[in-house]
Amino acid sequence: MDNIPSTEPVEFMLNVGPQHPATHGVLRLLIDVDGERISQVETHIGYLHRGTEKLCEGETFSQIISLFDRLDYVANFNMEMSYVMAVEKILGLDVPIRAEYIRVVTCELNRIASHLLFYGTLGLDIGAMTPVMYAFREREALQAYFESVSGARMMHNFFRVGGVKEDLPEGFLESLQSYLPKLKQAVQECDQLLTLNDIFLERTKGVGILEKVDAVDFAVSGPNLRASGVEHDIRRTEPYSIYPNLKFSIPTGTNGDSWDRYWVRMQEIQESIFIIEQCIDQIEPGPISGRTRTVIRPPKGEAYVRTESPRGDFGVYLVTEENKEQPYRIKMRSPSFCSLMALETMLQGEYLADAVTILGTLDFIMGEVDR
Amino acid sequence: MSTLLITITQVSILLAFIMVMVLILTYLERKVLARIQMRMGPMRTGPYGILQSLADMMKLLAKEDIRPHGSDRMLFYLAPLFVFVPSFLIWITIPFTRNIVVENLELGLFYIVAVSTVSIVGMVLAGWASGGKYSILGSARSAAQLISYELPLVFVIAGVGILAQSFNLITIVNQQSSIPAIVYQPLGFTIFFVAGLAEVGRIPFDIPHAESEVVGGPFVEYSGIRWSIFFLAEYANTLAIATLSVLLFLGGWSGPLTEHFEWLQPIWLILKVSAILFLIFWIRATLPRFRIDQLMQFAWKILLPLSFVYIMVNATVPFVETVITSNAASNQLTGIAQIILGACQILILFLVAFAISKRRKKYLTHLHQGVPA
Repeated sequence: MDNIPSTEPVEFMLNVGPQHPATHGVLRLLIDVDGERISQVETHIGYLHRGTEKLCEGETFSQIISLFDRLDYVANFNMEMSYVMAVEKILGLDVPIRAEYIRVVTCELNRIASHLLFYGTLGLDIGAMTPVMYAFREREALQAYFESVSGARMMHNFFRVGGVKEDLPEGFLESLQSYLPKLKQAVQECDQLLTLNDIFLERTKGVGILEKVDAVDFAVSGPNLRASGVEHDIRRTEPYSIYPNLKFSIPTGTNGDSWDRYWVRMQEIQESIFIIEQCIDQIEPGPISGRTRTVIRPPKGEAYVRTESPRGDFGVYLVTEENKEQPYRIKMRSPSFCSLMALETMLQGEYLADAVTILGTLDFIMGEVDR
Repeated sequence: MSTLLITITQVSILLAFIMVMVLILTYLERKVLARIQMRMGPMRTGPYGILQSLADMMKLLAKEDIRPHGSDRMLFYLAPLFVFVPSFLIWITIPFTRNIVVENLELGLFYIVAVSTVSIVGMVLAGWASGGKYSILGSARSAAQLISYELPLVFVIAGVGILAQSFNLITIVNQQSSIPAIVYQPLGFTIFFVAGLAEVGRIPFDIPHAESEVVGGPFVEYSGIRWSIFFLAEYANTLAIATLSVLLFLGGWSGPLTEHFEWLQPIWLILKVSAILFLIFWIRATLPRFRIDQLMQFAWKILLPLSFVYIMVNATVPFVETVITSNAASNQLTGIAQIILGACQILILFLVAFAISKRRKKYLTHLHQGVPA
């Protein structure tokens, strides 16, 4: 050791995660920091890898639904939706209209629950303690609805190939209708608490800008893409289920910064409430499941289905063999994974504290990234 | 010998008092926060959970004392003391009523500023001695923050001293017996309160131990009793800042009926301190955290110039008054001078608020563009 003090910038590597409050799960980042500035980021994933794609090849078609629940574990209904739609596409099965409505109502409720979770954890990430409590109060109510529908608060295993498992419980829609105004009011409360807070604006405006070009290049989708100003929503561009019958607008941002990503999600909650209100008006009694065999043996074929999950474009690629109870291959296209791809460009040159904000606003779920 | 004995008794009583106050404070904080967040807070230990802090203390005392591999043994053990001792020492000269004070120093305020600065060393030591990267980052942050916010704090204290012509806390409070100083020094109170919040590292200035970034900052590696010493110091500091702002600006123990009933004095002090503490808890429940560069900008670009202005105004008005009335003997401001001083400071506060709100408008230009269908 020589005693000459060094004038070089002092850089050191910070190991963030897999156990770190900011990584929302088990993401691991190797961040080279120069003081408080980030000079380089290396992302490591795989800490939650359960081999879902391979596992699916050994399970029957109806067993796989429960595996999909465990991908994006805060938007389980949306995950099930993609899978059952893929199988139905190969079978060429028509789903009863009431089942479609039930599916959309639960999916949109789940989108609200997921965005509320985003709101709460983003608040925690930038040091505000109260938003998470506000968000979870509403999420709790939503989860009670999920429980009344499927019997489980998470991991619902509720959708079936050709329909849903059971009809909605008695009085569900009436109860939901009276709850939605309260939810609207609660979302407004959340808005007042955080959206226009001066410190919040300082922390999120112009932070972690994802340019439109970059967003498209990295195949980022969902709210993250829309925040960058691209009006792209699978529910609109490739409508599925009953979405063509429903009116809703697609909120977009302009700058692609953290605040836009936040704001787009808050607006999407309002849109989802609007969609559910329409569904409640339109839904009619009828059968909730098509005619399917207990053991599904689809013909040889392949199908790719994409749906708009709360995190973006979630795709399922399904290949089946003739007269087999298990699929030949299932591949998922995960929106969170693509968001993570953009992370390295976004974090370069930002402050360490902003890294936390950016991770929070990208709103990824590791269960879906690692599969 | 007997004086030594008396001093020792006094100091031990003070120490016990601070400990008890910190226990009460943590309980109240948790309850207030819970209330704001629609929760119950601690409910299980004793009626309404009043024994929660005690239970926490027991748990911390019983925990294993871990020293990480690769840490500096000596400094690791010393650092908590470096933080705690100054935060305890400042209480020696803080009076609770006209008569209850351990040592009524003539330069009490100066002593408080001088002693409390030492705790920065403790923070840096703690971070460095732990030998962890997060703790190093945290201690660098806390050093930067504490030094930056020390300046406005000292300037405000100097301004108060100029006006009161004294650094003795009892004298300062006595001068406010008829009218609390916040009426003619709102700017001073604002700066002192904000800088004080930053000094004790509370939200929105809790950057040194930001949970979501550096997971606890300088204290990451500490556990059990040593961590609780840091905790104790933090809350003792919070209490000190609240008490000081009451003493300097809110008239301390003076209030209605205190002239006739001596025993009302501590009650008034406690009420006022509680109000300030409630404000601190409220802020904690509401606001997010600043970023480190925004924090420094706030200190050097807004608070420090403001405190310059504050000192200037505080020095000019009494000077002009003595020139006009040619009455150099009195060191008390007359009513008119107080009104002028208060008006000046309120004007400055309004200007700052106006500048901030203008800056904010810039952000909101494209807010309501995608209104829901």
